[in-house]
Amino acid sequence: MIQLCSVEELTPGTVTRIARPDLPAPLALVKVGDRVFCIDDTCSHETASLSDGWLDGHEVECPLHESRFDVRTGRPDCPPARRSIRTHAVQLVDGIVYVEESSVAAEEPAR
Amino acid sequence: MSTIAVVGVGLAGVRAGEALRAQGHDGRLVMIGEEAVEPYDRPPLSKQVLLGTYEACDIALTDTASRAELDAEWLLGTRATAFDPVTRHLTLSDGQSLHAEGVVIATGARARTLSGVPELDSVHTLRTLDDARRLRDDLSRPGRVAVVGGGFIGAEVASAARALGHEVTIVEFEQMPLLRQLGSAAAGVLRRLHTDHGVALVTGVSVTGLVGRDRVQAVSLSDGRSLPADVVVVGIGAVPNTEWLAGSGVALDNGVLTDEWCRTTVPGVVAAGDVAAYRCRGGRRLRIEHWTNARDMPATAARSLLATLRGEDPVEQPAHDPLPYVWSDQYDSHLQIAGRPDADDALELVSGSFDSGFVAVYRRDGAVTGVLAVDSPKEFGRLRRELRGTWATR
Ligand SMILES: Cc1cc2nc3c(=O)[nH]c(=O)nc-3n(C[C@H](O)[C@H](O)[C@H](O)COP(=O)(O)OP(=O)(O)OC[C@H]3O[C@@H](n4cnc5c(N)ncnc54)[C@H](O)[C@@H]3O)c2cc1C
Repeated sequence: MIQLCSVEELTPGTVTRIARPDLPAPLALVKVGDRVFCIDDTCSHETASLSDGWLDGHEVECPLHESRFDVRTGRPDCPPARRSIRTHAVQLVDGIVYVEESSVAAEEPAR
Repeated sequence: MSTIAVVGVGLAGVRAGEALRAQGHDGRLVMIGEEAVEPYDRPPLSKQVLLGTYEACDIALTDTASRAELDAEWLLGTRATAFDPVTRHLTLSDGQSLHAEGVVIATGARARTLSGVPELDSVHTLRTLDDARRLRDDLSRPGRVAVVGGGFIGAEVASAARALGHEVTIVEFEQMPLLRQLGSAAAGVLRRLHTDHGVALVTGVSVTGLVGRDRVQAVSLSDGRSLPADVVVVGIGAVPNTEWLAGSGVALDNGVLTDEWCRTTVPGVVAAGDVAAYRCRGGRRLRIEHWTNARDMPATAARSLLATLRGEDPVEQPAHDPLPYVWSDQYDSHLQIAGRPDADDALELVSGSFDSGFVAVYRRDGAVTGVLAVDSPKEFGRLRRELRGTWATR
């Protein structure tokens, strides 16, 4: 398990980017109600950072071309993105957010 | 069971087909496209496709699953040449005639060409995948590149050609690229983007001729100079594809005229995307040649067409009233523009600096008319949302 941050650092209504040398890919965290969702931070279409985007309920809108991704499934709602982004299961232990190491292990770079 | 024909299967046509099905059209759906290839997305043509990082498969707008779901008849490599509003027959380039109760016009636009110049092999426009492939071939050899026109396409081609190692010159009729669209402060920023990357700008002149036998050798300019060039790319705007509608009763004026519900002057015929000159709620006419409009407008077109075919009044449905939005990738920078500023609106920096990334707003009589950002997507998104609220109730 990789420790990401404390739940307190997550502001409702915003997307928090976590990019660190020990993470194979930049991640984005979203707190909706009591639940924390973790997705890849990079849009599956081009290189935009989703943490620069807009959060509306469970959807993150890419700041460049406006595809919206459901943080629960990773699925985009409309073009230009066609491929889902990866979602990662998180665990909350004593107010700390953890993510499974194997889940975030780098894949083929998306393009 | 009614037949709906979608004419033109670029982004707007594909989205119209998808919207028609999503909104319950279970009759026949015929997708007619002049280009012989499967529908594809255009923005990467002047970016990743020229650079060679994307191939055709990376820009497809449909895949096997989405085509199966659409359950349409595809007539690719086929052009609509006429529409008879009385018999409701479309005439196709292969001689066929197709009866359709509903028609979606999504024929987009084509690149404008230089008039009165010889046709030479190494002179290009860029609108189709074919165009991009031919230009990419030409850019695979060393040579000097002249780009005619400093608009978005010209700027992106210049940036790609530069990245591929070419010596690049932009020839622009105005004193600065995008001056008429963005005003002098912003145009100055974009000019610097070019010069900082080693692209030369020749401004305030027009092209009077091309010199060469099979391939181009030089571009003749209105100030008498001659600019040596091995490859020329002409990026001087686009012309809506409406000729096939002559005599159809569909009113045209620099595009297909539509109302806020995408209806043309012929009942059961709607238009969307680059070809549509639609009336906004304020009464203004806009023909938006940007991707996001081509993605979003077809939903309204489909909704109002289906309502009409059901004998209902489309006016009960939401109208098309978007905030215009365009992005452009030049060199390593992302540009984003929302709204429709006038060149003489006051430009006010909101954050960052004109030397690097920034967000700025245009104002007229105190009201925001547009937002411009370079490499500041987050702040841009916030301001665009604010503008969307006031724009919609303008
Ligand atoms: C190189 C390039 C880069 C771009 N980059 C950006 C960008 O970065 N950001 C942005 O916001 N926008 C960009 N755009 C603009 C965006 O791509 C267009 O707004 C969008 O493609 C419009 O879609 P459309 O379906 O309305 O028209 P089109 O894409 O023009 O599609 C119309 C289709 O109809 C076909 N057709 C025409 N006449 C007929 C006929 N009679 N019968 C059958 N078929 C017909 C055409 O062959 C074409 O395939 C770019 C455009 C180009 C060309």
